[in-house]
Amino acid sequence: MSTFEIRSPLPGTFYRTPAPDAAPFKADGDAVASADTIGMIEVMKTFQEIPAGVDGKAIRFLVDNEEPVMAGQVIAEVEV
Amino acid sequence: MTIRSLLVANRGEIAVRIIKAAKALGIRTVQVHSAADADMLAVKLADEAVNIGPPSAAKSYLNIDAVVAAAKAAGVDAVHPGYGFLSENADFADAVEAAGLIFIGPKGDAIRLLGDKVAAREVAARAGVPTVPGSAGRIASLDEARAIAEKTGFPIMIKAAAGGGGRGIRIAETMADLERHFPQASAEAAAAFGDGGLYLEKVITKARHVEVQILGDGESFVHCFERECSLQRRRQKVWEEAPSTLLPAAVREKLCASAVALAREVGYRGAGTVEYLYDEITQDFYFIEVNTRIQVEHPVTEMITGIDLVQEMIKVCGGAKLSIAQGDILAHGHAIECRINAEDPSRNFMPAPGRIEALTIPQGEGIRFDTMLYEGYSIPPFYDSLVGKLIVWAESRDACLERLKAALEGLVITGIPTTIPLHLALAGADSVKRGAFHTCFLETWLETEFAGLSGKIAEVA
Repeated sequence: MSTFEIRSPLPGTFYRTPAPDAAPFKADGDAVASADTIGMIEVMKTFQEIPAGVDGKAIRFLVDNEEPVMAGQVIAEVEV
Repeated sequence: MTIRSLLVANRGEIAVRIIKAAKALGIRTVQVHSAADADMLAVKLADEAVNIGPPSAAKSYLNIDAVVAAAKAAGVDAVHPGYGFLSENADFADAVEAAGLIFIGPKGDAIRLLGDKVAAREVAARAGVPTVPGSAGRIASLDEARAIAEKTGFPIMIKAAAGGGGRGIRIAETMADLERHFPQASAEAAAAFGDGGLYLEKVITKARHVEVQILGDGESFVHCFERECSLQRRRQKVWEEAPSTLLPAAVREKLCASAVALAREVGYRGAGTVEYLYDEITQDFYFIEVNTRIQVEHPVTEMITGIDLVQEMIKVCGGAKLSIAQGDILAHGHAIECRINAEDPSRNFMPAPGRIEALTIPQGEGIRFDTMLYEGYSIPPFYDSLVGKLIVWAESRDACLERLKAALEGLVITGIPTTIPLHLALAGADSVKRGAFHTCFLETWLETEFAGLSGKIAEVA
């Protein structure tokens, strides 16, 4: 079994939900498809969707909702 | 004047601007900052700095308790909110006053009144200011909406009474659109603003965005002429000028007088802006809203009138009378402001925070650069992408455009992409030279002319 690291392409703020009162895109342990959105990065008031980029059995988030991230920082790991 | 010390409750270039104005008045400055902003220029320039919380604006610059606590701990006399963040938050103005401090802006009640779009339309109507045809106030039902739309015609805008900054707006082209959007808009407004109230406004197509700068001390009210802000992208202003060259003298006089009448109606205190849509063909103007704060584009007005608006607002809020009478305010020459953003115009304006490697600022008569930048500064990703404003003045608009081109070529910012190439293209564009633009001009121009230019630049590179 191997893990795939999903990295932030940009510095900014990480959001796990599409809106403040909405459910998270993915929960810890969820299976993901490559095109699935797993979160959003807000950079200077604009939002970029982050795709999983890999098909996997289970995702585990390393960054909390609304936490600042650096470009290249690992946001989540996917068990593939 | 009673103000001896001032808390700057903002960041970026406007914080720098406020500190400079305060210093000129001999006022001690205290700068608040988030954990991400400890290195910003305003912190270096202020007499004192206070960390008010984590990078997230909601937990720092928008946190009323944290800002008021910082003001009390620093022992300041007054708080300047700048623009954005808490600048038009009536509860913040009240909290500052409740702490025994002076808020540099209108009273909380005036902010509340003018911030409610429906109430502001009513105030404008009372002051004899024409408003965009539409509903007299909030509308109770779809039936009422249908009746109004039949009278004004289409397209018509459905707007949330509590909305702002371009949010909570839908455009209906037909009656069927109106019937479909109306209930959705109400539900959305209730979810977003806690208030499902809606009103209707006719869409003025190909309108110009013209706004009047006002100043008041609560008893006397003056205008400092108008600005033209028609060049916008996604309802955000990109380029601003003063004066608006297309206005006939008689229209200008009526427009400016109407803004002063509105200021008088609410006993306005501080600096503010009354925004209008202007129909060039019919020469009609319509009130849209009042901004109860200093605006990003205030320097173009300062350049043509010679008045320091930030100093003036600090003085009147400190209890002084307006230092200038209407008869003393004269407009001279022409000024243009270009907003320089940390965005890549060749990649769909993708924001790009980063480190400033080198910075060359053009010097010379009629050139001003308001900025937060210095060499070695790292722009954080958490806030607005505005990094500076290049303002150029000359005797005539043509001369101003020529000087602007030279100034833009002399402005060198390396390390991040900026919108300087966009402004260079605009400064050389024929329609801009002729002043032939409206509020929807820029988006089309970007897709056609600018896309072509970018393509050529990319080929050469």
